[in-house]
Amino acid sequence: MALRNSLRDVLLRPTVAVLAVGLLVTATGYAPGPALAALWRGSFGSPYVIVSTTLVRATPLILTGLAVAIAFRASVWNIGAEGQLLAGATATAALGVATGSSLGLGALPLALLLGTLAGAAWAGIAAWLRRRFGVLEVISTIMLNFLALEIVGWLVRGPLQEPTHIYPQTSMLSNAFDMPRLAGSRLHAGFILALIAALIAGWVLRQTAPGFRLRATGANPFAAASAGQIDVARTATRAFLVSGALAGLAGAIEVTGVTHALYEDISPGYGYTAIAVALLAGLEPYAVIASGILFGALEAGAAAMQRDAGVPSVVVSVVEATLILVFLIPKARERTA
Amino acid sequence: MNVLPDFLAATVRTATPLALAALGETVGESAGVINVGLEGIIIAGAFAGLVGSIAVGVYAGFVASALAGVTVAALFALFAVVLRADQIITGTAVTLFGLGLTGTLYRRAFGATGAALRAATQHANAVPGLSRIPLIGPALFAQPAITYLVYIIVPVLWWALYRTRMGLALRAVGENPEAARAAGIDPRRVQLGAVLFGGIMGGLAGGTLVLAQVGTFAEGMSAGRGFIAIAVVALGRWHPVGAAVGALLFGAASALQFLFQAMGWPAPYQLFLGLPYLLTLVALAALGRSHPAPAALGK
Repeated sequence: MALRNSLRDVLLRPTVAVLAVGLLVTATGYAPGPALAALWRGSFGSPYVIVSTTLVRATPLILTGLAVAIAFRASVWNIGAEGQLLAGATATAALGVATGSSLGLGALPLALLLGTLAGAAWAGIAAWLRRRFGVLEVISTIMLNFLALEIVGWLVRGPLQEPTHIYPQTSMLSNAFDMPRLAGSRLHAGFILALIAALIAGWVLRQTAPGFRLRATGANPFAAASAGQIDVARTATRAFLVSGALAGLAGAIEVTGVTHALYEDISPGYGYTAIAVALLAGLEPYAVIASGILFGALEAGAAAMQRDAGVPSVVVSVVEATLILVFLIPKARERTA
Repeated sequence: MNVLPDFLAATVRTATPLALAALGETVGESAGVINVGLEGIIIAGAFAGLVGSIAVGVYAGFVASALAGVTVAALFALFAVVLRADQIITGTAVTLFGLGLTGTLYRRAFGATGAALRAATQHANAVPGLSRIPLIGPALFAQPAITYLVYIIVPVLWWALYRTRMGLALRAVGENPEAARAAGIDPRRVQLGAVLFGGIMGGLAGGTLVLAQVGTFAEGMSAGRGFIAIAVVALGRWHPVGAAVGALLFGAASALQFLFQAMGWPAPYQLFLGLPYLLTLVALAALGRSHPAPAALGK
C-alpha cells in the first residue's frame, strides 16, 4: 500500500508540476509549446544537463529539504535554513581565506565540518531563544535569515573582501578546498554526501530511539512527555541543531563544490525552496531525495525557459505553491475527518 | 542641523506599512491564526496598487490593493481555516504564490525593466496646527493620508477587541476554540473574518509601498515586510497599541542608519541594515514570556 502510494506520487507530482507550468504560462499569455520544450531541455533534455544542472541544483535542495523535514517532524518551525546555509557558507569561505592552501588534504574535511557546525550554531541561537525565552522560532529564524544576509554583505565588502577591493566577494579559494568532481561534468561529490545524509536521516528517524523520540515529540508533545517520559524540550532543541547542521553543510558544499568563493547572492533562496521540498516529500527523508531532484529540475528548467522562451523564471514559485496546496488538500481532509 | 526631524520622519514612514500589516495580523493571531502568507498578501497589494493607480488613480489603487490582499487572504483561509490544513505550511505556499504570480504578471505586463513606470502617488498632507508641534509634529502629521488611517485604526481596533462582544468572542476563539464553541460561537466564522480583515490591511500595506512611498513596483519589493510585521505583532504582545509601538521601534531602528550617516559616524552600512533584525530578536527575548501569545495560536 505504502509502496503503491509512493509510486503514484512519483508519477503524479511531476505531472501536476508540468501541468501547472503549462497552465500558468498559457494564462499569462506566453506560448506553452516553446516554454515547455525549454523546460524539458533545461532539466532532463540530455545526460549532461541532468548531471551538470539538475543534480547540481538538487544537492543543496536535498540537504536543506532534510533540514526542514527533520525540524518540522519535531514540530520545530525552522524557516531559517536559508540563514543557516549562509552561516555554513561563510564559515567555509572564512576558513579558506584564512588558511589558503596550507591545510592540504585536511582542508576539505575541515571546511565541511566547520560549515556544519556554523549552521548548527546559527540555528542554536533560535533554539536557545525558544527554550530560554519562549520566542517563537518562526519569527526568530526569519530575523536570523535577514541578519545573516546583511552580515555576509558586510563581510564580502569588508574583512573577507578579495585583495583588489573591487568586487563584493571573497577571493577564489585554493584548490585544496575543491570537492572532487565527476569527470567531464560539473557534478561534485556533494551530491553523494546529500544522498548519504538522506539515507542516514531516514534510518535514524525510523529505526532508532532518538528518531522515535523526535517523532513522538512532533506528533503529540504532551503524550510524549507524560506517557513516553521524553524530555520534549531537549528533543526539540536537538532536532533544531541537527536541522541547522544539515543546512550549514549545504552551504559548505555549495562553496566547495560550486562557487569556490563567498558572495551575497550565493543562494537563490535554497533555504526557502527547501520548505516546499520537505513538504512535498511528506517530511520523509528518503522521499526528500526525489522531491529535491524534482525541484532541482524545475529550477534548472525554469532558467532555460526564461533564457530561451522569455518566460519569467519566478513562475516556478507559483508552481511550488500549487504543488504544496494540491498535496495539502488530502492531508487537510484527514485532519478534519 | 535637521538630522533629528529627518530621523523621526523616516521612522514614521518605515513604520506605516509595517503598522498596517501588523494591525491586521494582530486581529488574525488574536483569533488563533498565524498567517505567514502575509508577505504574499503585501506583494499582491503592491502590484494591484500599481495597476489600479495607472488605470484610474491613487485611491482606486488603494481599493485595488485591499481587494488583492483580501483575495490572497481568502486563498489562505480556504486551506488553513476551512480545510484545517497546517497554518505555517499554507502560509509558506501563499507567500511563494504571491511573490511568483506578481513577478510573472509584472514581467508579462511591463517587461523586465519597468522601473521607469511611475504610478500616481499620495503626497504628504500636513495637518493644520498639529504639524506645527515642535520636533514630532512634522514627523507625525506631515505624512501621506494613509499614515493618518493608522492613527484612526489603532484606537478603533483597541475598542473593538477589548470593549465589544465581537472582540471578546474573537479573543476567546484564539485562547480556546472548544470553550468558545460551547459558548455558542462559531470559531471557523470568527477566524475567517479575522483572516480576511488581515488581508485587507496587508493589501493596504503593500499599496502604501507603491502609492505613498516608492511610486513604482519592483519584483519582491515587499522585501520581508510581511515577516517583519509578524515579528512586530509579537513585539506588540498581540495588542493593537503594542503593534503600533512595535512598528515605530522597528522603523526607528531602520532609520538609525540615516542618523548615523548624517552624523558622519564611520560604521559599515550593512551592519545598520542588520540592526533592526538584531534589535527585534533582543526585544523579543527581553519580553520573554510576559503576556504570551494566544494559547491556540497556530493550532
